[in-house]
Amino acid sequence: MQITVNGELRNVDVEDNMPLLWVLRDELGIMGVKYGCGIAQCGACTVHMDGVAVRSCQVAAATAVGTEIKTIEGLGTPDNMHALQQAWTEHQVAQCGYCQSGQIMQAATLLEMKPEPSDDDIDAVMSGNLCRCGTYPRIRAAIKTAATKMQEA
Amino acid sequence: MGRARTIARRSFLIGSAAIVGGVAFGTYLIKRPIDNPLLADLTDGEATFYAWVKIDADTITLIGPHADKGQGAVSSQAALIADEMDLDFGQFETSFGLPSNAYWNTAFAEEGAPFMATDEGFVAETVRSALGGILKVVGMQATGGSTSMADSFDKLRHAGAVARETLKLAASKQTGVPVAQLKTKSGAVILPDGTSISYQSLAAVAATIDPVQDVTLREPNEWRLIGKPMMRLDIVGKSTGTLPYGIDLTVDGMVHASVRTNPRKGGMVISFDASVAKSMRGVLNVLEIDGGVAVVADNTWRAIQAVNAIDVEWGEAPYPDEMDAHWQVLTDTFTPDRLDRKWRDDGDVDAGLAAGSVIEAEYRSPYVGHAPLEPLNAIVTVTDARVVVWSGHQGPGQVQNAIAKVTGHDTDQITFHNQYMGGSFGHWIETKHIQHAAEIANQMRGTPIKLTYSREEDFAQDFTRQPAIGRAKGTVANGQVDTIDMSIAMPSVLASQGGRAGVPVPGPDASIATGAWNNPYAIPNFRMQAFRAPELAPTSSWRAVGATGAGFIFDSFLDELIHHAGADPMAERIRLMDHDASRIVLETVAKMSSWGGELKLNQGRGVAFVESFGVPVAEVVEVTATDRGIRIDKVWVACDVGTVVDPINLENNVQGGVIWGLGHAINAEITYSEGMAEQTNYHAHEGMRMFQCPEIFVRGLENGHKVRGIGEPPVPPAAPALANAIFAATGQRLREMPFNKFIDFV
Repeated sequence: MQITVNGELRNVDVEDNMPLLWVLRDELGIMGVKYGCGIAQCGACTVHMDGVAVRSCQVAAATAVGTEIKTIEGLGTPDNMHALQQAWTEHQVAQCGYCQSGQIMQAATLLEMKPEPSDDDIDAVMSGNLCRCGTYPRIRAAIKTAATKMQEA
Repeated sequence: MGRARTIARRSFLIGSAAIVGGVAFGTYLIKRPIDNPLLADLTDGEATFYAWVKIDADTITLIGPHADKGQGAVSSQAALIADEMDLDFGQFETSFGLPSNAYWNTAFAEEGAPFMATDEGFVAETVRSALGGILKVVGMQATGGSTSMADSFDKLRHAGAVARETLKLAASKQTGVPVAQLKTKSGAVILPDGTSISYQSLAAVAATIDPVQDVTLREPNEWRLIGKPMMRLDIVGKSTGTLPYGIDLTVDGMVHASVRTNPRKGGMVISFDASVAKSMRGVLNVLEIDGGVAVVADNTWRAIQAVNAIDVEWGEAPYPDEMDAHWQVLTDTFTPDRLDRKWRDDGDVDAGLAAGSVIEAEYRSPYVGHAPLEPLNAIVTVTDARVVVWSGHQGPGQVQNAIAKVTGHDTDQITFHNQYMGGSFGHWIETKHIQHAAEIANQMRGTPIKLTYSREEDFAQDFTRQPAIGRAKGTVANGQVDTIDMSIAMPSVLASQGGRAGVPVPGPDASIATGAWNNPYAIPNFRMQAFRAPELAPTSSWRAVGATGAGFIFDSFLDELIHHAGADPMAERIRLMDHDASRIVLETVAKMSSWGGELKLNQGRGVAFVESFGVPVAEVVEVTATDRGIRIDKVWVACDVGTVVDPINLENNVQGGVIWGLGHAINAEITYSEGMAEQTNYHAHEGMRMFQCPEIFVRGLENGHKVRGIGEPPVPPAAPALANAIFAATGQRLREMPFNKFIDFV
C-alpha cells in the first residue's frame, strides 16, 4: 500500500491492521514517533492525520492510505524549527524528552483549534499526553509562548 | 574554595595519552594490584587509560560517564570540564565513554554509610571514604542516588584544568611564548598579540609532553558556566524528535524480538505451545529463555503480536499470590528478631510516652511501578569473539556482568554503548532485559537482535518500589512535640537487588529508615527502629528509594503531633530543627509561600521536610477542597544542594520530582492477584496528568558544604506535604497511599 508521510508518497508492504506507529518506525525508519503504551494512554505516538492529532498506535495502516500523515520530522527540523519547537527549546521543556514529540504534535493541533488557548483549554487538550518526568509546567509555558509568537507572525 | 583545591590535588592524577591525531586527558588505572591506582608510578603496558577529554585535529569530545535518563547529566558533566577548559557549548561533542572501573562513583557509597548526611564530623567522613574504597575495588560506574554531581564536581573540573594547562604548555613550546603570557578562551590558546591557536591544532604537540599536574581550580567568581542558566545540549534534539534513544537505533542485519516472561516474577515456564505464533507473518524464530518465551520477527509489532499468541502455562510465584498476604507479612514484621537497626534512641522515649497522653497512628506506602515512557529495550550482537550492546543503562558494569553470565565471554570482550534513556526513575538499573536480549542473541550468534518489551511486559516485569508499614506513638507537652517512638517495616530493596546481581549486601539496609531517622530535628525523646521484612515481590530503587515511604510516615506523624500540640506546623518544625542549612530551607519556603497568610474558603496548606541524599528539602502544598474533590493549587519548594550547577535544570528536576511524588501519592499503586501485578498499562497506573498539575515555585539554596544532586530529593516531601494540606483543608488525615482510595481529586 502507499502512505503519504511528510509530503512523500511511500510504499509499504504490511498487514492492513498493522498500527501506523509501527509502519512509521520499523518499515519507514521515522523514529521521532515513539512507542509508549500501544493503547492510546500516553500520546507518545501522536502524529497528524489530515492535520489533526491522532494516536498512531490506534490507526490501522489501511486507514492511513489516502490521508496526509505528518510526524514531528515534518513539523520542523533543528535548522528550521516550528514556533512550538522554538518555544520548547526556549523554555527547555524536555527532561528525558521521550514524550515531547507527541506533546508538540498535540499542541500543534490545539493551536490550530484555539490560537489563544486558555489554561483550561491547554489542560483539557494536553492531558491525554503523559509525561512521566513531569514537565507539565514548562509545556504550559511553551504553548503560551508559541501561541503569542504565532499570533504576531 | 581552597578546600576543593586540596581535595583535588590529593585525589586525582590526570594523565594524558596520544590518540590518533591528537591527545586524550584522563585517568590511568592499573589493573592489578588495585591498592592505590591513581598515585602509582605508571609505565606503558602496566596501565589502562580512561579519558575524560579527547582532542584530535577536528573534534573535542568530553566524556561524562554518568548516564542521562532525563536529569541532564550530559550537559552538567560537560559544563564542569568546559568551564575549566574555556570551551563554549557548541564547541565540543559528548560521550558516555565505555564501561570502566576508572569511572567509579565514590559519592554513591556515601549514602550507604550509617551517618546522617548532615553530620560531616570526622567519623562519618572516614566511614564514607572507606565505603568509597570498597566500591573502587569492586568497580562501580553507576548512576543513582542523586550522586552524579557529587561524584563529578571536583573530578571533571580537575580534568578540564589539567587539559587547559597542558594545552597552554603545548602552545608555549610551539611558539616560544612563556606560559605565563598565555590565556585561553573559546576553545583556543590566546597569544599576547591576540593570535588564537585552537586546541585541536595543539593536540598533537600536547600528546608529546607530560601533562601539567600543578593546576588551580577556578574560584566560583571565575566560573563562566557553573551556576548560570545553561541551554541543555540535548534540548534541540529532544524538541525536534531527532535525538535517538536506544529504542530508535538500528544496526545492519538487525531483527526484532519481543519476550513474555512469567508474570509471577521469577516463576518458571511449565510448558508452552507456539504453533500459532510460528505461523504468523514475519516470525523468524521462537525461543525459550529463562522464565519465558521469545519471538524473533522482521518487525517489532509482529514480534509482540506473535509472542502474545504463544500459549504458556506459568509456574507459581516465589512470593504470596494475593496482596492481603503481602501486607500481613509486613504486619508480622514488627518483632525483635526482625529488627534491622535501631537508628535513633535519643532522650528517654519510655518516660516521654508515660508522661503524656499517647497519640498512635499507622501508615502504609504501597508497591509502585517505575514505568518510564521508553519501554525496556536493547540491541545485542553476540559473536564468538565479542558481544556488542547498544542500550541505555544506569550501570554499565552490570550490563557486562549480565551478558557474561549468559554468553560466557569475558567482560573485556563485551562492548557497551550507553544511550540516552526515555526516563528511568530506577527502572534502567536492572538487567533482566539485557539478559533476555543476550539469551536470544546467544542462540542466534552473528545476528544483531533488537529486543523491545511491550508496555504490558514492562509493567508485568517491573521490580517496583518496596511497600512499607509505619507505626508510631508520640506525646506532646506544653504545646510542643515531646516524644516520637517510630517503627518502620519494609522488605530490603538492597537485598532484592543484591540477590539478582549475585552480590551479598551485609549489614543493615539504610533505605528502610532513610527519610525518617535522618531528619536533623532535635526531638527531646526520639526512637526510630527499622524492621526488615522477608523478601516479597522483587523490588528495586524507585526515585528516592525508601525515603518516599519512610519520609511520608515520619513527616505525617510529626504533623499529627504538631496539630495535637496546637502548634503551627511551620513554626514547630523550625523550632525543632537542629541543622542550620535545613532550618534556612524551612524559613525560605515559609517566606516563599507567605506561610501564615490568609487563605480562601476551603483552602488548606501543609508543609513537609525530608532530607534525603544529603539534600534538605521543604515543600508547602496548597489545596482547595472543591465539591468534586481536592484540587492541588500550588507548591513551593526550597532545597539546599550546596552548589547549584544549572539553575534551570535544578528547577526542572525539582518540578518533575514534586509531580512524581504527588502523582504517585494520589493515583498509583501496584497490587498483586494470583501472583501477578494487576496494573498492566498506564490506564491503571498513570502518575500525574497535566490537569492535576499545580503551579510549582522553586528555590535552590547553597548553604550546604557539599555539592549534591537534585534528581531524587524533591520526591519524599511531596506526599506528606499534600496529606498535611488535605488535613488542614478538610480535617481528614490520610495515612495510606494512594490517596485516591479515600478521597477524590480534581
